[in-house]
Amino acid sequence: MTTTLTKSLTTSAPATGATVQLSAVVKAFAGHTALNSIDLNVAPGELVALLGPSGCGKTTALRSISGLEGIDSGRILIDGEDVAETPTNKRDIGMVFQAYSLFPHMSVLENVEFGLKMRKVAAARRRERALESLDMVGLTKHCDRFAHQLSGGQQQRVALARALVTRPRVLLLDEPLSALDAKVRVHLREEIRRIQTELGITTVFVTHDQEEALAVADRVAVMRDGRIEQIGTPEELYATPANAFVADFVGLSNRMPADLIDGTVTLHGCNLTLLGDPMPDGPVIALVRPEDMVFATDGIAGTVTASSFLGSLRRTRVRLSDGTVVAIQHEVERHPLPGEPVSVRLKGAPVSALPPMPKK
Amino acid sequence: MSLATEPAPEQGGVEHSARQHPRVALVAPSNRRRRLAYAGLTPFAAYVLIFLALPTILAVVTGFFSDDGTLTLDNVMGLFTPTILATFGSSFWLSGVTAVIGAVVGALICYAMLGTKVGGLLRTIIESAASVLAQFGGVMLAFAFIATIGVQGLVTVILRDTVGIDIFADGVWLYQVPGLILPYVYFQVPLMVITFLPALTALRPQWAEASATLGGTRFAYWRHIATPVLAPAFLGSLLLLFANAFSSFATAAALISQGSQIVPLQIRSALVSETVLGRENMAGALALGMIVVMVVVMWAYSVLQSRTTRWQQ
Amino acid sequence: MSANVAAPVHPVEPPRTRPKPANHAVRIGAEPSALARRLILGIIGTIFLIPVIAMIEFTFRDGLAGSYTVNHWTGLFSEDSARTYRGLYQAMENSLVLAAVTVAIVLVLLLPTMVLVHLQFPRLKRALEFICIIPITVPAIVLVVGLAPVYSVVVQVLGGSTWTLAFAYGITVLPYAYRAIQSNLDAIPVKTLSEAAGTLGAGWMTVLWHVLLPNLRRGVLAASFISIAVVLGEFTIASLLNRRNLQTALLQVSQSDPWVAVIFALFALALAFVLLLIIGRLGSAMPSRRKS
Repeated sequence: MTTTLTKSLTTSAPATGATVQLSAVVKAFAGHTALNSIDLNVAPGELVALLGPSGCGKTTALRSISGLEGIDSGRILIDGEDVAETPTNKRDIGMVFQAYSLFPHMSVLENVEFGLKMRKVAAARRRERALESLDMVGLTKHCDRFAHQLSGGQQQRVALARALVTRPRVLLLDEPLSALDAKVRVHLREEIRRIQTELGITTVFVTHDQEEALAVADRVAVMRDGRIEQIGTPEELYATPANAFVADFVGLSNRMPADLIDGTVTLHGCNLTLLGDPMPDGPVIALVRPEDMVFATDGIAGTVTASSFLGSLRRTRVRLSDGTVVAIQHEVERHPLPGEPVSVRLKGAPVSALPPMPKK
Repeated sequence: MSLATEPAPEQGGVEHSARQHPRVALVAPSNRRRRLAYAGLTPFAAYVLIFLALPTILAVVTGFFSDDGTLTLDNVMGLFTPTILATFGSSFWLSGVTAVIGAVVGALICYAMLGTKVGGLLRTIIESAASVLAQFGGVMLAFAFIATIGVQGLVTVILRDTVGIDIFADGVWLYQVPGLILPYVYFQVPLMVITFLPALTALRPQWAEASATLGGTRFAYWRHIATPVLAPAFLGSLLLLFANAFSSFATAAALISQGSQIVPLQIRSALVSETVLGRENMAGALALGMIVVMVVVMWAYSVLQSRTTRWQQ
Repeated sequence: MSANVAAPVHPVEPPRTRPKPANHAVRIGAEPSALARRLILGIIGTIFLIPVIAMIEFTFRDGLAGSYTVNHWTGLFSEDSARTYRGLYQAMENSLVLAAVTVAIVLVLLLPTMVLVHLQFPRLKRALEFICIIPITVPAIVLVVGLAPVYSVVVQVLGGSTWTLAFAYGITVLPYAYRAIQSNLDAIPVKTLSEAAGTLGAGWMTVLWHVLLPNLRRGVLAASFISIAVVLGEFTIASLLNRRNLQTALLQVSQSDPWVAVIFALFALALAFVLLLIIGRLGSAMPSRRKS
């Protein structure tokens, strides 16, 4: 998987970035608390993704690192120095916004040169470095174009080149790919990751797309209602979610009624390990991943209700004999038809569990 | 008979429905419907022809005829006599000065409104006040300023009695061209607010934020980003203000009852008293001159407008 | 693996609460500070109020006597007033009739044409827009030069009363009325609505009356109000074509009784303000509020 590859890149690349530390940060807007005591430590050269539904506070957290949002209490440290009193333009950060951030009256080259101009770099040297930065994102040929002549993906690449030209100590990305087409998104996120690891720059990346977060980040922080629910590597979040919200948010899960006896989840005759914090014995709702179920000849009986072709695999919905509808992920060669009677079995992977009450 | 040769698909297609609904003309218009639709345009076309096209053409063309109906260039040449040139000069001067003052003060108000809630109380009040005052011209405006800075005006009297300044010490200037400046500015500033505010509020917050993250100070943002982006809109509004002042008649007519110091008043003289210049058709030549100026100014305005909208993707 | 990476964690003092920071937009210069805003709007607003205050003060003056009186106001409603101000009231009536006819022209000529073009002749939209913008380039003072011969014909056909001026006024309000109606047309999916109504069996008359017009209420009202405001304030064409309307009458009255002239000016200003405030409210309200 790509994450293992990039992880090894991270450990071998020089950690030239700064550390970013949020400590007990609180921020409230009129009537609602956006950040409810956030603690976050980002290592040099690391890419941390802030992931969560809209309103969870991830953008507010990012903007308070940049200084575009003030905080009510707590500390924000970049490289060990408290930046609360430092205005945005002195924090030495680079930021990429979701859209519309390129200056419309300047050419691509002038846009990228802007940060250097603010630092009073001489014209010739400015141009040289700006072209270098554009080369990194592959857009040197477009240096004399204007923003409205570029596609969305190209605009964001220019924005990235512009943010990185001054070699800031932290790179902040506020949902940079959300406004782009699906295919461009996938391609561009790999570009961003590649450049980030080459430069070894500490990066915080905000997104609501869990697939994106899992694909690019060294660590992911899942946020809800102003708190970090869990922070860990993508594998940790997927395989061992700390609670049901994380399990539900990251990847797909089936909810199946089960029983918790002596700390073991009993479901359709299988004994499964419980993930996360211990829960009291009794009835629970187990969260089972679609790939942790298979078609078998002697499992739980059910009827197929629908089947979706997803290119490299299929996801089929099956109504089990006890009425629960589950999704199973399987190879494409098997093509179940609606109404077909089938039999499914659990592979036995550990599961998270929810208390059996209406929640969320 | 096969279904394929069924005639008139509008009549229900496959089913022979007894009920025929007359479809909206959009759906497969027949030739007859098309001609009917064209006929619908004729009332408006006739109206515009009679009351806009015809008067405009007449206004321009009368300048090329003399009193007895012969074709002549005398009237047009008359535009270049020193008196008339001076009149145009005064008009340009008055329009230019009031346009600049109106543009600067109006832009300042728009700046002060940055960040106010769209649809909020402050903004609604200012926008309503602006639309009212932009229309508050002519006779009523003249009254307002006579009451304010006329010989017995409120401000005149206060200044004279409390501070000892007599603003008319060098003669009463209210009823001459310089006296038009203040009344004109009174409707120029609101017009600027109306036309420039959309441009100012189209400044994207991301630009200011990006500028800050790239190390720019407040001054750098305004100098390198906000001002260049706003320049076309500002200049466009300035031109609009110029055109507006240039074509104003009522205020000047109310304050200056006799005389023709600016072009619209010159037209009044030509139309009303046939003896002053001896040629009523002079009005036509003056109208032609005014149209030429207006066309140039409005053309420049439209060029600047297209530049503005290009950047507001 | 632990949830926290082994990054050097700088020892942090207990978090302290800081005073509320200024709005970030103000700090980066995108917006003026509250003080700057109040100063600018306050000073300029006051300056703009001065003429209005002067007008009000003027109406209470007792001639050149230096004292104040309410006679000018009360005189409006006394029994004599009808006689003294007959000319003025007649002129006001004229202006109101002119406003009504102008609005009728806008509704009967301009509106259907705009809808027709929008539905049937989309390629003519640019041409229509251009036509409606011409009156800005050809201002009233220029138009009136050519209107004189046209009106000599109109007088022969329709008589010399003042209401015929409305034909010229319909032209002067074109730019404003066009913009008001067009922005409403652009905001509603006219074509889709008409086609949907058509597939449900509506004829074009039904579509216009029951489907489109209710949705165009906002633009139509705005266009009407702005036309009224413009017509009430019009002076140029009336004066140079020797007709009597509110403004020409005011100018004439001001020579003998300046106080009543200023009182009327204040009324007109207040009326225009109310009209345009309503338009502003209409603009921000939803186009249709249905109770479901």
